[in-house]
Parts: sequence; structure tokens; C-alpha cells
Amino acid sequence: MLNIHNLQTSVEGKEILKGINLQVNAGEIHAIMGPNGSGKSTLASVLAGKESYEVTGGEVLFDGKDLLDMAPEDRAREGLFLAFQYPVEIPGVSNINFLKTAIGEIRAYKGLDPLSSKDFLKLLKDKQELVELKASLVNRSLNEGFSGGEKKRNEILQLAMLEPKLAILDETDSGLDIDALRIVANGVNKLRSENNAFVVITHYQRLLDYIVPDFVHILYDGRIIKSGTKELAFELEEKGYDWVKDELSAQASPSL
Amino acid sequence: MSKDQELLESLATSEYEYGFSTNIEMEMAPKGLNEDTIRYISAKKNEPEWLLEWRLKALNRFLEMEMPHWQNFDLPEIDFQDISYYAAPKKKQLNSLDEVDPELLETFEKLGIPLNEQKILSGVAVDVVFDSVSVATTFKEKLAEKGVIFCSFGEAVQNHPDLVKKYLGTVVPVSDNIFAALNSAVFSDGSFAYIPKGVRCPMELSTYFRINAMNSGQFERTLIVADDASYVSYLEGCTAPMRDENQLHAAVVEIIALDDAEVKYSTVQNWYPGDKEGKGGVYNFVTKRGICKGNNSKISWTQVETGSAITWKYPGVILKGDNSSGEFYSVAMTRNHQQADTGTKMIHLGKNTKSRIISKGISAGKSHNSYRGLVSIGPNADNARNFTQCDSLLIGDRCGAHTFPYIEGKNSTAIIEHEATTSKIAEDQIFYLNQRGLDTEKAVALIVNGYAREVLNNLPMEFAVEAQKLLAISLDGSVG
Ligand SMILES: Nc1ncnc2c1ncn2[C@@H]1O[C@H](COP(=O)(O)OP(=O)(O)O)[C@@H](O)[C@H]1O
Ligand SMILES: [Mg+2]
Repeated sequence: MLNIHNLQTSVEGKEILKGINLQVNAGEIHAIMGPNGSGKSTLASVLAGKESYEVTGGEVLFDGKDLLDMAPEDRAREGLFLAFQYPVEIPGVSNINFLKTAIGEIRAYKGLDPLSSKDFLKLLKDKQELVELKASLVNRSLNEGFSGGEKKRNEILQLAMLEPKLAILDETDSGLDIDALRIVANGVNKLRSENNAFVVITHYQRLLDYIVPDFVHILYDGRIIKSGTKELAFELEEKGYDWVKDELSAQASPSL
Repeated sequence: MSKDQELLESLATSEYEYGFSTNIEMEMAPKGLNEDTIRYISAKKNEPEWLLEWRLKALNRFLEMEMPHWQNFDLPEIDFQDISYYAAPKKKQLNSLDEVDPELLETFEKLGIPLNEQKILSGVAVDVVFDSVSVATTFKEKLAEKGVIFCSFGEAVQNHPDLVKKYLGTVVPVSDNIFAALNSAVFSDGSFAYIPKGVRCPMELSTYFRINAMNSGQFERTLIVADDASYVSYLEGCTAPMRDENQLHAAVVEIIALDDAEVKYSTVQNWYPGDKEGKGGVYNFVTKRGICKGNNSKISWTQVETGSAITWKYPGVILKGDNSSGEFYSVAMTRNHQQADTGTKMIHLGKNTKSRIISKGISAGKSHNSYRGLVSIGPNADNARNFTQCDSLLIGDRCGAHTFPYIEGKNSTAIIEHEATTSKIAEDQIFYLNQRGLDTEKAVALIVNGYAREVLNNLPMEFAVEAQKLLAISLDGSVG
């Protein structure tokens, strides 16, 4: 579904991603872990099409199409979803109006008729239950004055409503208490299927107790330096990032 | 190309949707402004002597006055002798819609105004002013049952001269400003509404103005009188065809609210703003004022301004009655070379008077958008209160937003609050919406609508939807 080949990007002349390779197939959950500043959010943003990140090399195929060639909105319409680490507030725009507009745009792109208000509201009600989001929040302005946890749950509500093929969750777990974490994880588990895939970016192993990944990758200084199964996450939790750093320098030194 | 740049491109190329003109035989006064012009207009309208005298006096005042210099834009030279002060479609005296020129009806159709059967069902009474003449007023009978008078100004002069004589010029005096004087001299038509004591007007009253003729100005006059404990909601909409020459629109609106009366006046103004180089467009120099004459009365102005090359207006409220209140809700959007200098005047004279001002400016392109507001507290206005919130939203970095709040306090018990913010649409906000499938134009439109929400919410439902679309269209480069 997603094929990243030797992806390199820089921001304001500073090289951040230094050659990422990653393949994600339908039905899979991948976890990406790594210390702060290693480039996790950058990877997510580049895939979603954020303008300020310059792609300096490599390619990305999404369902066989050249992802990097698409406008951000077309990537979304093709089924790529990013749950933001820091969702923005949009004052005065009601959550519900926003969701209806987004669904309308995506359906129009696919040549589908707009959802009737009745069907839309039914869908919303179902999905709201899934993420246990209070009804009052969908009537409020988009993310405005939401607590950190509410914002994150609102991201998952959007994810549930838009039903993307590939969802990237950027530290959706950070700032969540254990109950909220469970709700978010349950949401993801209910939404996962043979036809979609998830890339879960996280700082902590704790989320992976709830969302069990098929693969774990460690991102360090703009490169994926280690990949494995969920055991890798435990090892990392136990030994800390220093362990990977040490291993890395041990590997790197001889070739210097 | 960066997002901002793309957006600017699309804003700059976006075109005016209502720029068609209508091919109708017109009867026009010869160009020029002098006593003969005034007599011509007055005779055409079969006016009583007192009104002619009133007009002539206004003309003399006008000739004595000078153009103002305090505005925050370059006021172009206006040659008042090069304007025709009266233009009317030739066939006149219409009794029903069937008699209206089909081409005119087609124009109204294109404008999407509710003249046809289907829309009449939605309950809007419309007075249509096409250039200088009121063409058709729907719903007159239903309103008459309640004793509501809603007709063209010309008809009011013929059928209700006492009311007109009693209130005309009492809120906006002839010599208030040069354009008010001009209007008083040459006004050709407009709307008149009278709501009798204790009557809640059963529907929205609505007027639609359109400038069609070339080289003609539009100088309509609106007078609304809400008698004791009555209520009315009034909506005004306007468009003009695209012309390379500038067209002058100098209207006067007067509102009188007596004891316990409430008047809500909403405007959606979409006059032709000129092309992207700033050529052509309407000069919209309008004087709008209401007086809360009675105790516990209320006047509320809501305006959505997206058109005109230059907009220059300050709908205000004179709070004369005790416990009266005035409100001003405004969204003014400018782009390309448009200039808007708009705001309000709240004049507190009575005790316990309240005013509330919410102004939302949106500037794009090379446009300039100024808020200018006066809050004046008279010596007897004990416990007067004002709240002003003045927000500016900038799209791109070649536009400007300016705020000029004036406060005159002559009573120490007054409480005046003022808040102001200036913001830009953040790239992050656009990206967030892009990531949910909205293209940049849609994203900006959604953000702008959200920003203007507080004002749009004050419009009657159907007009709120219209205004929302208008804001989106004005931002949308792909709509021609
Ligand atoms: N907009 C930006 N401008 C400059 N540097 C940036 C920007 N975004 C990210 N960076 C830098 O790129 C590196 C990776 O950041 P990020 O992708 O946010 O890491 P992570 O999500 O793994 O914590 C950091 O050194 C950060 O400072
Ligand atoms: Mg991050």
C-alpha cells in the first residue's frame, strides 16, 4: 500500500530525513519509535504533503501512485490520513460542519453523491460512540478550547468518519491519561481491517500494549536504524535509546 | 509557489458574478446637477411642493459643502456634473409581476432574488429598486392586513405624505455630510416601511438594489418607522454590472424606533468592486443612521460588505431613549484594490443605554480595510455601556488593516470596553484542512466563515447562507 524508498527531506536547508525505506501492506500495523527530534513528525508531515518540507531525494508510492506528486488534499482524498501530534484550532468552524465538508469533498473526488444529512448524522452518532466523544464537542468549534486529550480523541473521530486506507498517528498517545489511551486504542482496533493499514508513531511502548503492531521500526537521526517485531519495542523500553545509539556507533565505527 | 502566493493569485483572478448588464430601454435625465435636474426628478415623481422645496434646500447645502479629507483612502475626483441623476426603465406603472419586463425578471432571476412564486413561498417581501425606480413590491397585501406599510419611497410620498413629512431628514439631517446632502437633493426612489403600534411584522422585509444604467448614480432613500412596541427585520441586498467607469452610490437610510420598538437592519452588499487592476467599481458612500427615540427601544445593524471599489459608511445609532440599545455587527471583506473605511457611531444620550460593536475585517490582495468607530457618551447618559470588539484578518502581506476607535466620554459613570485583534490565516490551519480533503480555497473560505461566524449568526437564516456563499465566492478564483 505504502512504499517509501530512500526518502530524504530537509527544512530550511537542514537535512532531516536521510534516506527512509519502509513498506506498509494492507492489514498491517507499523509502529515507529524514536527519541525526540529524530524526524518522526517530519516523516508524517512529508507523507501528508506539508509544503515547508523539501523532498531532496527518493520516492513514495501510495497504492502504486506517486504520492509526492499529489497535492495534500488529493493525498487525503486518496485515503491517507494524518492524526496530528498538535491538532490546530479553527475558531468559529463547527466540528460537525467541518466533518460534513471533509466527507463531501472526499466523496466528490471519488465520484460519489453527497451523504444525506440523515445518513451523515447517523454515521456521526455511531462513530462518536466508538471514540466515546461527548456530543457537545461535535457542536463546538473545531478543536477550539478542547483539552489535549479531547483534541486527540477528535482526531480519532475524524479518522473513524473519513475511513482512510492508511492512517498515520503521530504521538496520539502523548498527553493522554490511561483511560483516554484505552479509548483511542480501542477505536483503532475496531477500525483496523484487512483493507487498511496504520502507522503508529509513539514515544512510549505503553501504547503498544493496546495496539499490537506487526512491525516496529526505530527512527534515529533521520534514518530507520532497526526494524523488528513487537519484541523490539520491549527491548527498547528496557534498554533505552542509548542502547540503539551504542549499537549504531558500534556498527558505524569500523567503516569510518 | 507557496500556499499564500497561490491563494493570492486565486483571489486576484476571482471575478464578479453579477457583472452582466440588462438591455432595457431607459429613460434618463440629462447629465448634470442644478435646479433643473431637481425639478425634473421631482416632476417625474409628481411630488408635492414641500418636497421639492426640501430638495432645493439640500442642493444649496450640497453646493456649499466640500469633500471630506479625513478618510483613510484616496478619494478620487468625482465630477458631479458628469452623472445622470435619474434613470428608469421606460415601461412603468406596474401592477403585477406579469407586467414586469421579462428581461428585467431574467436579471432578477440571475441575481437569485426571491421574486418568483416558489421563493415568495419562503415568505420574503421584496421591494426591488432598479436604478432609480421601485419596480415591484411583493406581498403588499399580506402586510397591509397587519397595517404594515411597505412600499417604494415614491408611493409613500403619494399615499402617506404625513408620515414621510414627519420623519424625513430627522435622523440624517440634510447637511450631515456632503453625500447626504447630495442624496437629499436628488434621491429618486427607495423604500418606506411603517410598522404600527404593537405589531410584529409577520415577515422579513427585503429590498434589492441594482445599478444598471451607465453613467448613472444611485441615490436611494430608505425610511423605516417602527411605532411603539413593534418589531421588524429588514434586509437590503445590492449588486451592479461591471463597468469600466466608476458608479456612485450615495444612499441614505433612516430608522426611527419609538418606545419598546425593535428594528433589525441587515445588509449584504455586493456592488461591483472593480477589476483586479482596480479599474471601475462602485463608490459606496452611504449614510445610515437609526434613532432609538423611545425608551427601551433597540436598533441593530448587521452588514456583510464584500463589494464596491470604495466603501465608506458608518451605520450608527442615536440612543436617545432611556434603556435603549444599539448594535453593530459587521463583516467587511476587501481584496484586489478595494478600499473600505467603515464602522459605526454609537451616540449615547439616554440613561442606561447600551451599545455593542462587533467588527470583523478581512483583507486580501492589495486592499485596505479600516474600521472607524465613534462611541460618544453624553452628559446625561448615566450608566451607559459600550463593548467594542474589532478584529482584522489578513490574507497575504500586501494588504492592510487599520483601526480608528474614537471615544468621547462626558459622563463618568460610563463603562467602555474595547478589544482588538489582528490575525493571519496560519499555514498550519490550511494544511490541517488540506489533510482532511479540502483544497486551499475551500479551506480559506471555511476559516473565513468561521472567523465571521459571530456576525453571520445575526443574519436571518436564509441570508446567512447567502452571505456565507458570497464570502466563499468572493474568495474563490475558480468561480467566474
Ligand atoms: N519547521 C521546522 N524548521 C526547522 N527545523 C525543524 C522544523 N520541523 C522540524 N525541525 C527539526 O527537524 C528535526 C526533527 O523534528 P521532528 O520531525 O519534529 O522530530 P520528532 O517528531 O521525531 O520529535 C528536529 O531537529 C527539529 O528541530
Ligand atoms: Mg513529533
